[in-house]
Amino acid sequence: MMTAFTQDSVKKLSATLNEPEWMLAFRLKAFEIYENTPMPTTSNEAWRRTNIRRFKPDEIGPSINGDAATSWEIPDFLGKELTGEEVGGSLLQIDGVTRQYELSDALKEQGVIFCDMHTAVSNHPELVQKYFMTEGVQVTEGKFAAMHGAFWRGGTFLYVPKNVKAAAPLHSVLWSVNGKTFTHTLVVLDEGSEAIFMDEYASGEEAAGLHNGAIELLVGDNANLIYAGLQDFGQNMWQFNHERGRVGRDGKLDWVTSMMGTRLTKAFQTLELDRPGAWGRMSGIFFTNGRQHLDLDTQQNHNAGNTVSDLLYKGALREQSRTVWQGMIKALPGSQKIDGFQANRNLMLDKTARADSIPGLEIEADDVACTHASAIGQLDPDELFYLMSRGIPRKTAVEMSVQGFFDPLMRRIPFEGVRNRIFDRIVEKIG
Amino acid sequence: MTTALEIKNLHVNIGDQPILKGIDLLVKQGEVHALMGPNGSGKSTLAYTLAGHPAYEATAGQVIFGGEDLFEMEADERSRAGLFLAFQYPASVPGVTLAKFLRQTINSRRQAEDPEDKGISIPQFRRFLKEKMDMLGIDHKFAGRYLNEGFSGGEKKRVEILQMATVEPKIAIMDETDSGLDIDALRVVSEGANRLREEFNMGALVITHYQRILNYIKPDYVHIMMNGRIVESGGPDLALKLEEKGYDWLREKHGELEEA
Ligand SMILES: Nc1ncnc2c1ncn2[C@@H]1O[C@H](COP(=O)(O)OP(=O)(O)OP(=O)(O)O)[C@@H](O)[C@H]1O
Ligand SMILES: [Mg+2]
Repeated sequence: MMTAFTQDSVKKLSATLNEPEWMLAFRLKAFEIYENTPMPTTSNEAWRRTNIRRFKPDEIGPSINGDAATSWEIPDFLGKELTGEEVGGSLLQIDGVTRQYELSDALKEQGVIFCDMHTAVSNHPELVQKYFMTEGVQVTEGKFAAMHGAFWRGGTFLYVPKNVKAAAPLHSVLWSVNGKTFTHTLVVLDEGSEAIFMDEYASGEEAAGLHNGAIELLVGDNANLIYAGLQDFGQNMWQFNHERGRVGRDGKLDWVTSMMGTRLTKAFQTLELDRPGAWGRMSGIFFTNGRQHLDLDTQQNHNAGNTVSDLLYKGALREQSRTVWQGMIKALPGSQKIDGFQANRNLMLDKTARADSIPGLEIEADDVACTHASAIGQLDPDELFYLMSRGIPRKTAVEMSVQGFFDPLMRRIPFEGVRNRIFDRIVEKIG
Repeated sequence: MTTALEIKNLHVNIGDQPILKGIDLLVKQGEVHALMGPNGSGKSTLAYTLAGHPAYEATAGQVIFGGEDLFEMEADERSRAGLFLAFQYPASVPGVTLAKFLRQTINSRRQAEDPEDKGISIPQFRRFLKEKMDMLGIDHKFAGRYLNEGFSGGEKKRVEILQMATVEPKIAIMDETDSGLDIDALRVVSEGANRLREEFNMGALVITHYQRILNYIKPDYVHIMMNGRIVESGGPDLALKLEEKGYDWLREKHGELEEA
């Protein structure tokens, strides 16, 4: 029998997960908002270029126990990555259920908390209650944020205590078989702490369904987070994501996003620079082919003076695929000495693909240096000729050139194994 | 067996514009030919055409390389067959490091021979690269830089010769490799080219405006191109004569070509 997005499903899910009252109450409140919010249509400004008329959520349904994957098989390449590199903590979930988990003694001794979100709800309720969808993503942000609040399942919790520099990087892989994925990432870096976290969510091509995720990155005063969120779902998945990073005084957030899969993605990614000295860098890597549709909505909010934001999103497009990047830099009145930059560059590998690039500035302060750039280009024939003139076959030359296009961003991904995986994926997509 | 590059009555257009108007030239492995001529006379056009740039269309004539019709080969096949062009203006390839690029040039050759080949090992490649870079006086840190991006004029030229030393061609066309090089670099780069001549019997077509490089890479023949034709060929003394007298005497001698 099909399970729809109903209040009853919320209760069942919460019961299955043995959740405390407060989380059930949270979910029910979110559900109420979900019910009272209409599905966005192209008449909503933010959804103008992304039509989801054919998306029927109740034909997919939430992920309640019983739907969870019966297959425990982990694709080889994922398993290898989990153990191949120097990692302090690793987590593998399949359809929201943890299958592998490790955290080094060094990190435990430091007091770093790294676990799946459900374990965090049981073992660290004070932290989760304080930070879960309070400062980061809000359930009131839209239909899908509310849906997420009500039906979230799986994902990772990372907490680094005050003045602790996490001894080694952390790595999560969230794999989906049943195509019902509602993962929640919550990262809290307390004052003066540091961490590197790689967060991958992916599925095989056979998975058909929905990823409705939320990512919350809370970077305290003087804290420093390197976060990479890497999406590689099959092309039968819909994806609706809300993501928000917040940075405190003199804090740093280096935020990398890679998007390779799904039939359609709409993601809202917001950087909030809350206190003077806050710095945030957003790097986007995407490659679409076939009939993929990718719509990224980014905001860089300078909520205080003396803040710096730097965004560079690069996409390669093939066949009939389409991408939209809509970026906004906002500066509140009175926030002086602001430096904001946004750029979007698209590499059109076929004439049939289409990329829309819409930068925007909303600046209510005057001592600001905000600039944007966007560019659409093809492979440079002189560059290809140069590579070929050294004996490199055309296909390899094209691959090198496309990889070169992404390389400056790829260098911002801390693990070589993961970089190679994305490179392989890019080469595969070039065809 | 020695390989030859044989150019017969070659005509080349860029768009509708005829640029080369009947070139005949025979360069054999082991020989050095200098090609000189005023700006815009068509020297680089010849070089690009031989290397296989798609914008240059041969409208008549023939080029035989190693017994094969050159125009039947793609640019990459020409290179793997042993023809090399050191560019006058090398393109930059953002995002691809010099090391990665050179490794790929080696691996593409190995894989053309044997599709199963896994490529040169990293330690072996490192040793190889270090040796060649030292020979040409190129700082090792260039290996990690994006190919030609932000390189100075002279650095680009050195790196062209580094590529030449990597692929060990049978015949190399060096298009104004001397321009942009300082005096010491010119000597080092020329010595590098001469070493390839000694070790692999490399033949060379050296395109230049100046006698200077020819003091190091001694030509067996000198040709002068004007307005898309080779108007004069001779021995090494022809270059000295040009240095002394300029092109006017040739313009007078072949004045009718100027109007063509
Ligand atoms: N892409 C192009 N479109 C139109 N004309 C071109 C193009 N490339 C070259 N030409 C013309 O072809 C002629 C020959 O140019 P080429 O670059 O071969 O000269 P060159 O002999 O190498 O000159 P230099 O000594 O200055 O390097 C010139 O008149 C040049 O303007
Ligand atoms: Mg030239």
